[in-house]
Amino acid sequence: MVKFIRTHGTESALLAVIVVISFVLSLVTDRYFTVGNAFDLLNTSSVNIIFAVGLLVVLISGGIDISFAVAASVAQYGTALFIAWIGGGNWAIGLIIAGSIGIGLGCLNAALIQGFAIPSIVVSISTFNVFFGLLMFFTKGVSIYDLPDWLTEHVVLYERQLADGSWIEISLPVLVMAICVVATWTLVTRTTIGRQLYAFGDNPEGARRFGVNIAAMRFIAFGWLGLMAGIAGLVQAHYAQEVVPNALYGRELDVLAAVVLGGARLGGGKGTVLGCVLGVMLTQITQNGLNLMGVSPFAFKMIVGAIILIAITLSNARIERLLPFLSRKGA
Amino acid sequence: MSALIQRLNGAPFVRDMAGPGFAFLAVLIVFSLASPQFLSGATFGSVAFQLPELGLLTLAMLMPIITGGFNLAVTFTANMAGLTVAWILEANGGVDASPEVFAFAVVVAIGVGALAGFVMGLVIAFTRAHPILVSLSMMIFLRGLGEFLTRGGDVSGFPEFLHPIGHGSILGIPVPMLVFLVCVALWHLLLSRSRLGFNTYMIGSNIEATRYSGINTRRVVILVYTLSGAMCAIAGIIMMARFNSVRVGHGESYVLITVLACFLGGVHPDGGFGKALPVFVALIDLQMLSSGLNILGANQHLATAVWGLLLITVMISRWLVLRLRSNFASSRR
Amino acid sequence: MDETVGGKPLLSLRNINITFGGVRALRDVSFELKPGEIHCIAGENGSGKSTLIKIITGVYQPADGAEIEFDGKAYSHMSPVSAHAGGIKVIWQDLALFPEMTVAENIGFSEVVGHGLRLVDYGRIRAIALEALAKLGVSLDVDAPLKEFPIAQRQIVAIARALVGEARVVFMDEPTASLTQSETDHLLDIVRNLSASGVAVVFVSHRLAEVLEISSRITVLRDGRLVGVYPAEGMTQSKITELMTGRTFEAKVRAAPRADRPVVIEVDGLSRPGQFSDISFKVHEGETLGITGLLGAGRTELAMTLFGMLKPAAGRIRLDGREVRFSSNRDAIDAGIAYLSEDRLSLGLIQAQSIVDNLVISSLARILSGGLISPGKKTSLVGKWVAELGVKIGKPEDAITTLSGGNQQRIAIAKWLATDPRLLILDAPTVGVDVGARAGIFDIVARLADSGLAIILISDEVPEVYFNADRILHMAQGRVVGSYDPRAYSLHDIEAAVYG
Repeated sequence: MVKFIRTHGTESALLAVIVVISFVLSLVTDRYFTVGNAFDLLNTSSVNIIFAVGLLVVLISGGIDISFAVAASVAQYGTALFIAWIGGGNWAIGLIIAGSIGIGLGCLNAALIQGFAIPSIVVSISTFNVFFGLLMFFTKGVSIYDLPDWLTEHVVLYERQLADGSWIEISLPVLVMAICVVATWTLVTRTTIGRQLYAFGDNPEGARRFGVNIAAMRFIAFGWLGLMAGIAGLVQAHYAQEVVPNALYGRELDVLAAVVLGGARLGGGKGTVLGCVLGVMLTQITQNGLNLMGVSPFAFKMIVGAIILIAITLSNARIERLLPFLSRKGA
Repeated sequence: MSALIQRLNGAPFVRDMAGPGFAFLAVLIVFSLASPQFLSGATFGSVAFQLPELGLLTLAMLMPIITGGFNLAVTFTANMAGLTVAWILEANGGVDASPEVFAFAVVVAIGVGALAGFVMGLVIAFTRAHPILVSLSMMIFLRGLGEFLTRGGDVSGFPEFLHPIGHGSILGIPVPMLVFLVCVALWHLLLSRSRLGFNTYMIGSNIEATRYSGINTRRVVILVYTLSGAMCAIAGIIMMARFNSVRVGHGESYVLITVLACFLGGVHPDGGFGKALPVFVALIDLQMLSSGLNILGANQHLATAVWGLLLITVMISRWLVLRLRSNFASSRR
Repeated sequence: MDETVGGKPLLSLRNINITFGGVRALRDVSFELKPGEIHCIAGENGSGKSTLIKIITGVYQPADGAEIEFDGKAYSHMSPVSAHAGGIKVIWQDLALFPEMTVAENIGFSEVVGHGLRLVDYGRIRAIALEALAKLGVSLDVDAPLKEFPIAQRQIVAIARALVGEARVVFMDEPTASLTQSETDHLLDIVRNLSASGVAVVFVSHRLAEVLEISSRITVLRDGRLVGVYPAEGMTQSKITELMTGRTFEAKVRAAPRADRPVVIEVDGLSRPGQFSDISFKVHEGETLGITGLLGAGRTELAMTLFGMLKPAAGRIRLDGREVRFSSNRDAIDAGIAYLSEDRLSLGLIQAQSIVDNLVISSLARILSGGLISPGKKTSLVGKWVAELGVKIGKPEDAITTLSGGNQQRIAIAKWLATDPRLLILDAPTVGVDVGARAGIFDIVARLADSGLAIILISDEVPEVYFNADRILHMAQGRVVGSYDPRAYSLHDIEAAVYG
């Protein structure tokens, strides 16, 4: 237990904060600490968690991407058009199409970074604008309401009514999210490619000398994020029951905030899937709690921004100095 | 001929201006051919009026990029400064507020912008956190703060005397443009002749070596971001005067263009190099492009995509030029 | 001396050529290595040593026509994966490790590359790491992230990594640079053991004494060409130096009595726990005080304390008779102390910036006119020092990287002289400077001393302080353990005291 806290400082801190906030909220509101609310939270976090694990892989590899939310919108719209064209389809086809579009857009980012030595922040600012501009231009901002039943139907995999009359349920999006989380976790901690990604983010030149294929690293990282973005887009369409081209606009910042909160850093080589998920949960819980307390939704962004600023400051300022008993002696 | 190219390539001024200068000609030619109305006084007039707010934000972005960082919070810092002026005016008579109140409001607003920059600079200097993340979180915070305080709406109702600031001219030059030109001159002087400017370049190339040379690098970084914030405030005030209202989120799309202007103007993405005057020329190019697109009736979303493509094009051109230069150099041996 | 297995070479290269950006880095170079041999590659910076290693290990590809034969098979070029698989391992000078990953993962990194997409077996990686460390006789917490360990232990990890799997050839690029003497001895033992077990070891080191002690043959490169291959037996340091530079050198002791001159700096009981303790000495005007000792002796930390970048826990510093306390290096510079860092490439100079800017960076206050930097004063300051120190430059606006190591160091010295110091601290001033250019640097130092500057010369290499200082202090484990006058002791005596 102590070893876990020592090697997973950020995650432990997050867990602690979540517990504290949950405790406070359960005292202050009467709705918070209900099982029903907890499952609600899980359901609404699904889309962001899928985005987050995708972005995590890119950050681990030492890059950054802020175009993925818009890419998800493109994937969403493209998939909707495609299934309307073939008239029918199902979740499998939907996920494959959306995932493929996402991968394509992600690889476009990777190609520009790899081929022309352009910093990833500059590339993704550009592709963000290109994707969004073209999307809005070609769709004329028109939403798609007429979605097939299989997409809009609320698929419940498990549900139960509780004693107090409320329902808990696990829906399909949660399953998709769980698969994405486990897949990412497997990639990043259990596969050779994943370890190469960490190494590449940590010391690109060292990785190169050891024979790691740099181009492959970039394409895999951005491609994975693209895949997650495509899947997240489809899931979001399922929730919203419509495809609105600018619905996900701005989502990338919330996701980046959560992932950074979860311990990933722009320098590469750092970050865990657990931290990522906890980061998203924390931001969702905070928002949820603020809502329940009747605080204006506008305040939320402000609080998130302040939280990340503080989190970055603390973590970079070496939290080990604040909590000396956590640090390793005799190094 | 190649000797001439060699001589030209050697002169630093020519080398700095080549990129944006070439772009200027390209835009001029392409749009003059595309539309007869392009080469008119109205076009240049609109450029002269619209350029300043973009230009001031670009100046705010310039120094952080030279230090190897970024300031993604420029537009929302500008918005906050504009809001500060708006509220001070509102609290002191609104439409009937006096010029003294306005002057006071301006000073406070610049202070607010500087404060935002100061906080960012502090965090970056002392924690070595990545400037992209720090400015991103400041951006999120300021946007949230602004939206919270304004409930997402506009703030308007300003005194009459604000009108000439946003829409008037002195000696034929629009007032905002005059403010901008003064700021460009100031930034040029700062970067080329002041110790702060000198240290900014050195830090951008190697902050540790600069520290070992006796420079207080933390102070320089904090100052750079503080000045950036102050410049954002000036931009925000100009925006307020031009539109006679302040809305949080106004100018959001400018961030890409400020970065684009910096790179088109020859600033190195990794820091350490970049000058104010070529960036100024690059801004003129981009504003002309924007006006040209307007005249052609281009859809606003298409324009957004065009900006993105342009940034990619500029970066690819840089890559090509660097490759050609090293090939040229090696073939001469 | 080791015993080489004679006969067929293990590795043989011929017709090696490679060009970077128009410059021929290697020209018709050949190289041969026998099984189990300990072989040294000697050469100045820019001679092509690192490039040759990178070609052998597949990081660079040579030009067409290259013939590489390894273990009986012919290759036109190598790749990092095939080199590694074939048993060619490298310990890079910059280590090329991954600080965020654990020690185990670093050592066992070969399990993760070159196998396609596979699940990682952490148990196996851990076992591999423990085994490699055991071979070295070292024990480390393999589950800790590498970043928690200091550089000497990271070097051990790099060596352990190279010993994983069947090694046939191990390349070591400046392996002893960050090791203490006992760690260096340990390393040399490991090298002998490897050789005895049939593994060939190729050493690149500028420490000619070590090179001569341990290798059986020495390949000398100069300006990208092969000068020759020589047996170590019968070879001397000065002979190797001659071959590397193409010139001969004579060294004589410069020491002279200076104790009658005024004292510039007096240090009394200076201490920083864990780094150095109870250091006391005086340096007079025009005097050069040499400080030598092994790594870990605390010399650089002492220098940085004098320079105001570290604070002493106890003790006093007196400059020109007045006690001084510095809160930053700016205070020290203003008081007249200058410090030339041992790491010229990343701390001493800003490589990407111009010669001019590098030269004026510490004396901006002196080139102002009306509060702003005066281009005229800038130019004349640069012109003065370039001429004074005889620096060969193209244009002042050229980047520092266009200069040779020796000329770069002259600019670095000029930068500090421009601050008008009373005391100049030179920390390993000839690292990365060609042997041929070193004499020029020390001529400058001697001239500076003659003009009244007090100088502290810190160096790893005893001969450097022996021939250029008026007095030598030997520091070990943070204390002054010996003080020598070069006129009263022989070089051999002092070397024996320092190296033990």
